[in-house]
Amino acid sequence: MSLKITREKIKNFLVDKIEEISGQNVFDCYQCGICSSGCPVTDYMDYSPNQVIRLLQLGSVDEILNSKTIWICSTCLQCSTRCPKGIEVAKVMEALRTINLRQREGTLKPEDIKSKELKDLPPIALVSAFRKLTG
Amino acid sequence: MKKIGVFICHCGINIKDTVDVDRLTEELADYPGVAYIENYMFMCSDPGQNHIKDAIHERKLDGVVVAACSPTLHESTFQTVLKESGLNEYQMEIANIREQCSWVHTDIEQATHKAKLIIKTAIEKLKLNESLYPVSAPVTKKALVIGGGIAGIQAALDIADAGFQVIMVEKKPSIGGHMIQLSETFPTLDCSQCILTPKMVALSKHKNIKLYVNSEVESIDGYVGNFNVKIKQEALYVDPAKCNLCDDCTEVCPVLVPSEQDEGLSWRKAIYIPFPQAIPATYTLDVENCLGLEPIACGKCREKCIAEAINYDATDTIIEEEVGAVILATGFDLYPVENIPEYGYGKYPDVITSLQFERILSATGPTGGEIYRPSDGKVPKEIVFVQCSGSRDPEHHLSYCSKICCMYTLKHAKLYKHKVHNGQPYIFYIDIRAGGKRYEEFVQQAVSEEGILYIRGKVAKIYKEGDKMIVIGMDTLSNKKIEVKADLVVLAMGIVPSEGSHDLVKRLKINTDDKGFLSEAHPKLRPVESLQAGFYLAGTSQGPRDIPDSVSQASGAAAKALILLSSDKIYHSPIIASVDEDLCSGCAICVGTCPYGARELNEVSKVVEVNEILCEGCGACISACPSGAAQQKNLTDDQIDNMIKIIASGK
Amino acid sequence: MKSGYFPGCTLKTNAKHFEDSAMQVMEVLGHPLEEMENWICCGTVFSMTTDDLMLQLASIRNLLRAENQGYDELITLCSMCYNTLKRAKEFILNDEENLRKVNDFMYKEDSKFKGTTDVVHLLSILKDRITFEEIKNKVTKPLTDLKIGAYYGCLLVRPKELAIDDFEDPTIMEELVDTLGGEGVVFPYRLECCGAYQTIIEKDVTVKRTYEIINSARNAGCEALITSCPLCAFNLDQRQKETSEEFLEFSTMPVFYFTELMAIALGLKWNKDWKKLHYIDPVPLLKEKGLI
Repeated sequence: MSLKITREKIKNFLVDKIEEISGQNVFDCYQCGICSSGCPVTDYMDYSPNQVIRLLQLGSVDEILNSKTIWICSTCLQCSTRCPKGIEVAKVMEALRTINLRQREGTLKPEDIKSKELKDLPPIALVSAFRKLTG
Repeated sequence: MKKIGVFICHCGINIKDTVDVDRLTEELADYPGVAYIENYMFMCSDPGQNHIKDAIHERKLDGVVVAACSPTLHESTFQTVLKESGLNEYQMEIANIREQCSWVHTDIEQATHKAKLIIKTAIEKLKLNESLYPVSAPVTKKALVIGGGIAGIQAALDIADAGFQVIMVEKKPSIGGHMIQLSETFPTLDCSQCILTPKMVALSKHKNIKLYVNSEVESIDGYVGNFNVKIKQEALYVDPAKCNLCDDCTEVCPVLVPSEQDEGLSWRKAIYIPFPQAIPATYTLDVENCLGLEPIACGKCREKCIAEAINYDATDTIIEEEVGAVILATGFDLYPVENIPEYGYGKYPDVITSLQFERILSATGPTGGEIYRPSDGKVPKEIVFVQCSGSRDPEHHLSYCSKICCMYTLKHAKLYKHKVHNGQPYIFYIDIRAGGKRYEEFVQQAVSEEGILYIRGKVAKIYKEGDKMIVIGMDTLSNKKIEVKADLVVLAMGIVPSEGSHDLVKRLKINTDDKGFLSEAHPKLRPVESLQAGFYLAGTSQGPRDIPDSVSQASGAAAKALILLSSDKIYHSPIIASVDEDLCSGCAICVGTCPYGARELNEVSKVVEVNEILCEGCGACISACPSGAAQQKNLTDDQIDNMIKIIASGK
Repeated sequence: MKSGYFPGCTLKTNAKHFEDSAMQVMEVLGHPLEEMENWICCGTVFSMTTDDLMLQLASIRNLLRAENQGYDELITLCSMCYNTLKRAKEFILNDEENLRKVNDFMYKEDSKFKGTTDVVHLLSILKDRITFEEIKNKVTKPLTDLKIGAYYGCLLVRPKELAIDDFEDPTIMEELVDTLGGEGVVFPYRLECCGAYQTIIEKDVTVKRTYEIINSARNAGCEALITSCPLCAFNLDQRQKETSEEFLEFSTMPVFYFTELMAIALGLKWNKDWKKLHYIDPVPLLKEKGLI
């Protein structure tokens, strides 16, 4: 299905919000793709990091807010470190997660972790996952 | 009192929309000294100029104020109008009411008031203007070309062919620059050496060209048309007149040094000829690596030399030359590849630079033009080219596009395919920039017919596994992460101003941009001139460009230099410093402040004298002079006082 | 210069051997670690949002307490504590408004946060303060013939502003291994993420990462890995269980905290309790090399 773009949609409220929360200008991106080539988990994403930025440029935010990509990102910062334009892509991912989390829509419910697993998992794994993935 | 005419320009709506020109005309009509005033739509147009001419004749005007745009644009236009009307051109003043008023304000009231004050200051200045005549000086009809790459060679040949003497200074042992290292050239795939060496030979045989290799320009003093150049030439350990090119010396030399010509892919000796077609055709002794000019330590080459061309006692010499114009063609270097550690250059022998690959492709290169990879000499069956290595990355490396890499990389891939028919080249790219003549066709043909696969995405990292280089990239078009197991990786390195150019431009006080490339006087309209009069720019010293562009620009620079060289005299603005001999106490404070060496104390009369040709009218001496004896012509203290009074009064 | 030691949650549980070995090593090196009092969770992961100060409070509260306890610097062993504390500090100090708000939140603390306590990773202390030369002098049982891959992961080198070494080409851990008499082996995946907290929701991802990282190390000739992050250690060591189940040809590799190997090289006794905290038993390798 074609993506209908309009004046109102480009730079819409949510894009502004994402830029504000992340402190990044997504229009800096010229789509070199190094964020995606360096990303260790691109293969598990439905949209690659450069596509996420592109969709934000096109104002198509809903598509990304519902994507798997933003939850798969492990904030390893390889993308932010390598971006030739200095866009901290990981911060954009964090902003997208944050918008979901602030509506209590995370992907990790603490009660879903099996008690056997819970015994093995180190606190550092649990707390970091709750912080990044639990709304 | 002078009878002054005031001409206010509307500049279409540029001035008129913000400044009330009719009211100005009315209010200034009675200002003391104003004998005539009018406003007109475009003063710079032919009819506008005629208005001024007519007024000068009919009203018998002594001077003219034009209230219009910046003097950088039309000062000479209106000076000519005065000359044609029989007045001295320095009886004309521009009141800039556009850039300094209408363009930067919106309030009509305030802008009109400000314009009035600006015009009044111009009137006050004009009242005390003297009639001046340009200072003239002769021109030394000889050019200096710094840098012996293709740009320098072209510029030198053009000037020499026009009948003027040329001095060429090249830092390396031979001319030829980077072009002599290249294999074939895009988009025609003609052999680089085949098209360059005829020009090199022509240069070496040209009766009007004197060549200094292993030499550097130490200093350039003087001024446009009359430069004194000091050239430092490294000691000539091998006398070119005696050397018969027998090659016996290299055979006995025990020292191996990575070859500059082959970008470190082969070895040369400490006494060597850079390449067979080197100009001048002679051997060079590399003093840094020679085992000792102490004959006790080695001395083998001299023993062997039948021609007795080798002299260990040679010393550096300083050569002085006088020239009228200087062409800067100082060239480029590759961006330092060590700055991109994630690409593994230096760690893995099979990650090489684009210039190294040129050598591998070249018939005169270390592999005789056969494609073998450095680690084990195998023919690479899969080869990856990484474009934008260092370019277009303001965060870590170069912010700019190096312009030539798209095309040379494609050329590499094609030449590879022509030699390894069953091989597979991959080119990682971000955008393909193929704007030159027949460049796009060159790209399309390669993609459709030659089996070169373009992959759109920047490479993240390169590492070794077994005997393969693993290249991790992205294809943003299919949205797939790409992994290639390659036999050889070629990094299409970006380009930077040549290393030696940085010190040179500092010594010569030549302007550069923030990347170190030489600055042109105007990015569009004066692209081959430096801001420093008498200096012209050619080739990659000014910015990344390919051979056709370098050659065109070099010819452009030569043409500009020829304009200067073919003039009998150069003229210099007379708006310079003067000395009131009655007031000068001979303290000579000004002599030290002058950056151009234009002031000298006359030991007999004990007053300071000004060399009118050297004086650039900067005003440093005037602010330094404690007695007021130093004055700028047509910008005297009295004139400035009167102008300030107008502004300070606010009326 | 008064240095405090900040342990963080996992150093008291799953990574107890990291703490134990570090304590003993620093004792031998004449710089005993002094644990700060009253510490709380470091915040675990740095929040990268510009507008969420709540998530910075844990980090800042620790730093404020360290300030009040008179520490000029806090030494961390865990890379994640280092990263989170240091980034939170920079973030809050960079903006006066944030600093004011954070102090308003923490009104129950004894004083206002000023940011006078530095955050330093133990590796930097070893290299810059104690120096590798000094450590080399104290090695009594060199790790001869032991080929070690240093796994940096993310948090020691990214973001680049707080990298403890060159962010694309670090050498500090390999140098340390060489100092201990072993062979520090550079392997391609040493800066690649282990999957971090994905280990909980996307276990498969971390299993695949572990597979790739360990294989990359093995192909480069490594016999074991060292790390300084308990989460990396968990993924790279414990997840080898699932990795072995999923990839039948996979061969396992012991994963150490760098301080464990330091302890051995400095002649300290290998603590049998440490073995229990490893999933892949390191004892056979250590025995084979004559180290225990």
